[in-house]
Amino acid sequence: MNFLKARKTPEDALNILIIGCGKIGQNLADQLNEQGNNVKVIDLSPSKVKELSSRLDIMGIVGNGATHAIQQEAGIAETDLLIAVTGSDELNLLCCLVAKRAGHCQTIARVKNPEYSIEAPYLQNELGLAMVINPEYTAAEEIARVLRFPSAMKIDTFAGGRVELVKFRLPEGSSLVGMSVRDVVSRLHCDVLICTVEREDDAYIAKGDFVFAERDVISLIASPSNAASFFAKIGYKTHSVGDVMIAGGGEIAHYLCAMLLRDGIAVKIIEKKPEVCEELSSLFPKASIICGDAGDRETLLEEGLETAGAFVALTNLDEENILLSLYAKSAGRGKLVTKINRFDFEDVIRHLDLDSIIYPKNIASDMIVRYIRAMKNIIGSNVETLYNIIKGKVEASEFIVREGSPIVGVPLSQLRFKENVLIASILRDNRVIIPRGHDTVEVGDHVVIVSELMRLHDIADVLR
Amino acid sequence: MNYRMIKTTLGWILLFEAVFLLMPTVAALAFREDVLAAFLWSMLVCVACGLLLISTFKPHSTTLRARDGFVIVSLSWIVMSLFGALPFWVSQQIPQFIDALFETVSGFTTTGASILASVEAMPRSMLLWRSFIHWVGGMGVLVFVMAILPLSGGQNMHIMRAESPGPTVSKLVPRVRTTALLLYAIYFVLTLIEFILLLTGGMTVFEAMNTAFSTAGTGGFGFYNDSMASFSSYLQIVIGVFMLLFSLNFGSYFLALRGKWRDALNSEVRTFLLIVAGAVALVAWNIRGLFDTVGEAIRHAFFTVSSIISTTGFASTDFDLWPTFSKTLLVLLMFIGACAGSTGGGIKVSRLVILFKGIGREMRTAIHPKQVKKVTVDGRDVEREVVGSVFVYMVCMVIVFSLSVLIVSLDGHDFTTNFTAVSATVNNIGPGLSGVGPTQNFSSFSVLSKLVLIFDMLAGRLELFPMLILFSPTTWKK
Repeated sequence: MNFLKARKTPEDALNILIIGCGKIGQNLADQLNEQGNNVKVIDLSPSKVKELSSRLDIMGIVGNGATHAIQQEAGIAETDLLIAVTGSDELNLLCCLVAKRAGHCQTIARVKNPEYSIEAPYLQNELGLAMVINPEYTAAEEIARVLRFPSAMKIDTFAGGRVELVKFRLPEGSSLVGMSVRDVVSRLHCDVLICTVEREDDAYIAKGDFVFAERDVISLIASPSNAASFFAKIGYKTHSVGDVMIAGGGEIAHYLCAMLLRDGIAVKIIEKKPEVCEELSSLFPKASIICGDAGDRETLLEEGLETAGAFVALTNLDEENILLSLYAKSAGRGKLVTKINRFDFEDVIRHLDLDSIIYPKNIASDMIVRYIRAMKNIIGSNVETLYNIIKGKVEASEFIVREGSPIVGVPLSQLRFKENVLIASILRDNRVIIPRGHDTVEVGDHVVIVSELMRLHDIADVLR
Repeated sequence: MNYRMIKTTLGWILLFEAVFLLMPTVAALAFREDVLAAFLWSMLVCVACGLLLISTFKPHSTTLRARDGFVIVSLSWIVMSLFGALPFWVSQQIPQFIDALFETVSGFTTTGASILASVEAMPRSMLLWRSFIHWVGGMGVLVFVMAILPLSGGQNMHIMRAESPGPTVSKLVPRVRTTALLLYAIYFVLTLIEFILLLTGGMTVFEAMNTAFSTAGTGGFGFYNDSMASFSSYLQIVIGVFMLLFSLNFGSYFLALRGKWRDALNSEVRTFLLIVAGAVALVAWNIRGLFDTVGEAIRHAFFTVSSIISTTGFASTDFDLWPTFSKTLLVLLMFIGACAGSTGGGIKVSRLVILFKGIGREMRTAIHPKQVKKVTVDGRDVEREVVGSVFVYMVCMVIVFSLSVLIVSLDGHDFTTNFTAVSATVNNIGPGLSGVGPTQNFSSFSVLSKLVLIFDMLAGRLELFPMLILFSPTTWKK
């Protein structure tokens, strides 16, 4: 029963110290605690520490995490990993430097300022950091990916971009409606693998006889070229958007603008503060920078919201972003991307049908969680990359198949898999194989497995 | 409120109680006593009721809010006491159920107040059960449950906060469960050391077990009518020292074990030891004429001060016969009590430290109205809410105390008896003065007074709020 649910601490539990209890810090503490690590958090604000440490089974310390005394108190000597995710880049770096001298822990710092960000590799090497994360940059990358392929709501990549995990929503009247998963393969002759389907609040791992309905959200795995041909066959746009309107000129807009201009996409940024506008304008002479209030309807219409290929809401307020996207949806027909910081109301926002939603704070904590999994790999498990397809329900993990694994050489149809496990793709010598029953897994393959949350540590875990 | 989860937790508490009952059952078997049947029956009832509570209406969610935490803790203690009283009542060793309940609550809350005129007449397995519930109640039953059962979620911090004594509760390590295990490990090892020291001092295994359990929980149930008076001075010193050891913050032992001596000897521990030293000196000087040698006077002063301030309630001599100054000092010590995070009761030294610093701040702001001054303990700011809650706690204490004295006075005992009976129960000490002195007992009170004293013992052990919250109508509103 639930009450007795074994929550034993795994042997590979790490002692993790998180400095900064903002959204990223809270998110990280939640996930890392859930995975059985011993988590301590440090923040200057007593109320934040108290709130978090009474909600989660973690220890909270009030104080400045960059000081040696506080780190000592938090037991820096026994800490395996320190994660500095305060709002200030300088403070984060200082935390890591102090910790490096005091203990033997790995350190991760959040650095968001574009000026430092360019020097991230230098900082990482010279300061001995294990990882520098830039949630804003990563968010911009994710936005750029969906803008290049606007039919998708979300695109994640495996094996260095050779395999894509694409999430999209079936529009009303799509040719796929009424087809079963098996039909997709036989009728469309596309080498794609349908992984999961979300309908209302339920999530399904797609079996062969699963029939699609309107407004289902489908996740599929394929190589980029196969994905493109699949979307072409079902009548989706596969070309990149031509021009993008961005509301808000913060760090994400900065990174995104650079990426889009590189791809030859026209960018228009609407920002209220004149000094920010001037800075952006001198950095990106090719972009058109509008100094005005993105919350103003007239400004938006005047700047061509109705005809824009895409609208990206990146202001600092979640509520404003949602409102702007809702308006853009009614006024134009472009691709919509909305940035939201707070994850709490994810289920409500999902029902608003806002196309692509980006949660930068989640992206950041997911990246760190992924890194920690990799850190544990040395001890035994061999997960390469890991994505939450549906938060808290279904995940996709990438494994490298090692010598002596029980699944090597046996046709997949003859292996007895656990319930709700899907071998989604095999990458062999740069070739992507979407596996069918007669395929086999060989040593050295990268295998992507989609499964309900079960904390896979090794590919052999998927067998009964 | 998550009623189903509360009910399920109570079921688990009863199963644990059945396990606890194994201890005296084995003893009854070993001593070949005919109360064995009573223990077996009680165990059966606990298991049956426990399983019934667990298996029916399973909880939809395991989420516990602050309110659930308080209700679970106070209800658990009540339920545990009701079922723990069964052996006394079923065997008719204590004919009235209210008396059996009084004895059990006094046991679990580590009070040590007894309604028995002669403990020596009790079967030995019953005496062992009385002492054992001191040990169980000392560290807290729910903390024990958390150490064993992997309760889900971080919300069990609410339970720990409600059950553990002191103005603030902090964990030793990130996980509640590991913290609970560590606390119990320290508790167990200290008890074991005392047990061995008592054995080497010439106690029998039965005596040593009883004494060790009783001291560890800072309870005070004796097994001879004269409490600890008939034991050698070596044994009395061992017991005296261990009573003090069990009234220090267990977190300090953890810090000391990790070599953080400066943190271990924090201002609370230092103040506590200073108070003890001062009180021993004053009492010894005051009673020097009653004993043959100064050494003997110091020994009795030390034992009694240690027994009272640790809220144990053992007696090495009848301190009711001491001069008024000593007796008054002892009553004051009753209220001070042990350190936070120990097994002792009372107001707790850490609250007292905050209280005095808070008073100092108020006086300073009265003189310099614009001065900004924060209360700090060990160089750390004490949050305004914590300071406020300490003052509120004191006021609540005064209210609960005075109302109790008023109700108990209906029985017509003298004022000293009523006053010390209430202060000995609400502070979980045991014996008071005059009619409830070390050689007397609580059997002469009426049923109403006994109920009030039972409430006081539970309220004192759980530090007032869980019990007050349980009986407050707003708790039960949606």
